[in-house]
Amino acid sequence: MIRLEPRRQHSQAMVYLSPVLAILMTLFVGGIIFSFMGKNPFDALYTFFILPISNSYGISELFVKATPLVIIAVGLSMGFRANVWNIGAEGQLTMGAIFGGGLALYFHDSESMFLLPAMFVFGAIGGAFWGAIPALLRTKFNANEILTSLMLTYVATLFLSYLVHGPWRNPEGFNFPESRPFPDAGLLPIIYDGTRVHLGTAFAVFVVIAGWILLSKSVIGFQLRVVGKAPQAARHVGFRQKRMVWFTLLLGGGLAGLAGLFEVAGPIGQLQSQISPGYGFTAIIVAFLGRLHPLGILFGGLIMALTYLGGELAQITLGLPNAVTGLFQGILLFFLLACDVLTKYRVRFGTPVAKGEAI
Amino acid sequence: MDWLIPLTLTVITASTPLLLASAGELITEKSGVLNLGVEGMMLVGAIAGFAVTASSGSAILGILAAIVAGILMSLIFAFLTLTLMANQVATGLALTIFGVGFSALVGSGFVGFAIKPLPGLHIPFLTDLPVIGEILFGQDFLVYLSIAAVIGIGFFLTRTRAGLILKAVGDSHSSAHAIGYSVIKIRYLATMFGGAMSGLAGAYLSLSYTPMWAENMTAGRGWIALALVVFATWRPGRLLAGAYMFGMISVLQLHAQSAGVHVPSQFMSMLPYLATVIVLVIISSDRAKIRLNAPACIGQAFRPAQ
Repeated sequence: MIRLEPRRQHSQAMVYLSPVLAILMTLFVGGIIFSFMGKNPFDALYTFFILPISNSYGISELFVKATPLVIIAVGLSMGFRANVWNIGAEGQLTMGAIFGGGLALYFHDSESMFLLPAMFVFGAIGGAFWGAIPALLRTKFNANEILTSLMLTYVATLFLSYLVHGPWRNPEGFNFPESRPFPDAGLLPIIYDGTRVHLGTAFAVFVVIAGWILLSKSVIGFQLRVVGKAPQAARHVGFRQKRMVWFTLLLGGGLAGLAGLFEVAGPIGQLQSQISPGYGFTAIIVAFLGRLHPLGILFGGLIMALTYLGGELAQITLGLPNAVTGLFQGILLFFLLACDVLTKYRVRFGTPVAKGEAI
Repeated sequence: MDWLIPLTLTVITASTPLLLASAGELITEKSGVLNLGVEGMMLVGAIAGFAVTASSGSAILGILAAIVAGILMSLIFAFLTLTLMANQVATGLALTIFGVGFSALVGSGFVGFAIKPLPGLHIPFLTDLPVIGEILFGQDFLVYLSIAAVIGIGFFLTRTRAGLILKAVGDSHSSAHAIGYSVIKIRYLATMFGGAMSGLAGAYLSLSYTPMWAENMTAGRGWIALALVVFATWRPGRLLAGAYMFGMISVLQLHAQSAGVHVPSQFMSMLPYLATVIVLVIISSDRAKIRLNAPACIGQAFRPAQ
């Protein structure tokens, strides 16, 4: 029989070890799944996890894919610490892209150097606006932010679809559901020649550092940590829960909005009905994989970015369906949650030893 | 009157999956477990039902497969949250992410397959009655099952000993444990029931609503089912009303076009999601009512003292 015995103190070692364990177990199960699908598991795992980053272009692509994941996950992690479950980052990303991208479309002849910074502001506002709705509904009407933020994701995606099918469709396009290409002044500069690594990637690094400072040095960071660890203590000292809800949803929404803007002003270069392969949802896993800590999220983002690249490559070379990526992401989160038990409990085998009995 | 019958028929088919899934989740939540993985369980149920029906030719086998698939999915959730005491919100999200990926992977071989939709009931004379005949006596059996399930759940929760125990476990796990009930076992069973019903709801989508498989074909219905449980303030009777109201909202899109309403289709598609938000706001703002009806221990892990 398996028993769980509480530890006196959380094991610090297990906090860092459990993601590693979870990744190893995911690889193991992944191998089994691949062999079930009639592929050589070692070949498939190699194609999935090593081949995509075996050359310098692949590594640069890893950064491109990790950029939105890291930016969004840092924002979400702040909320998760305070038990604010914003799972609508995908919608906030979409609204950021609509607001910021809309500006680029309105000024499609612009050559102004102010266009891009203004798009940043609009993107962040769009995302924060979409995050503000669940915050308002939670603080004012007690409505569960999990459900409202997710429902708003569907609304945002449909709204984008309406825009690119209707009023914002490229008048010179061939009736494809996509907008005009953004003007050059509205495109993110590439920071490393010959790759797609753009200014947003540098911003992601900035977000990690700023998030780290916010968490460890600021009052609100302290409050977030306390609310997560000891909600009752937090209430006693008078930390206002409502302020946490607003802060984390506005921050999470704003960052997701920026990430969305970076996608359309970076790798995509226009608005389309599909602008994200679920970055907003994957970022949830990234946040947990990174232990809700900005530095950890940086690593988590790179690992999850690899599953996107691996999925694309496996689709081309092995003919595996793209859905394998989502499957891996789900399994990884399962194992991570299971391994996290080890930080709080010891696993003991056998029946409990009776009191007073010699061990 | 010509439009009334087809309208009612589409409302019934749109409401049934919501009703099935939310009825299951209601029992799960009554035991104190919040399983946010309904969407994932529905998708896996949908592909399991479709794949087995398409390969075996038997819809009954397909439906059984969907139930088993839903239960297996819920067991992953139950093991993580009840045995390993993982966070229920995070685990539910993981279940949905996993379910989306897993169903798409299995389903990639079944895109474009065609099957016969579930046959409707046919009772000579009754089904042939004008107007009400087809509506009342011409549905497939999952429709009747969904309504029977709600009535059964209502009876179970208020009139049976087992129902009272279930509610006790959800309202005060420590007291229930002290009296001698196995909290974990009861929660496992309640979670499995939720999984079975979600699986059925998925099967209804892929076998009857649109007899085909498409990636992500649940389109957020699992999440709407979750909201419905809150809307119903955990009471089965209101679940029935809520599910049919949402069914009505979601078919507006189909009928508005033919009625000559010129609103872009995307805005019509937004309606169920917007309605969910609005309904949640209205219900949740009455805090006293929520506190009175919500299972007190919902979402909390229970670790029996040893």
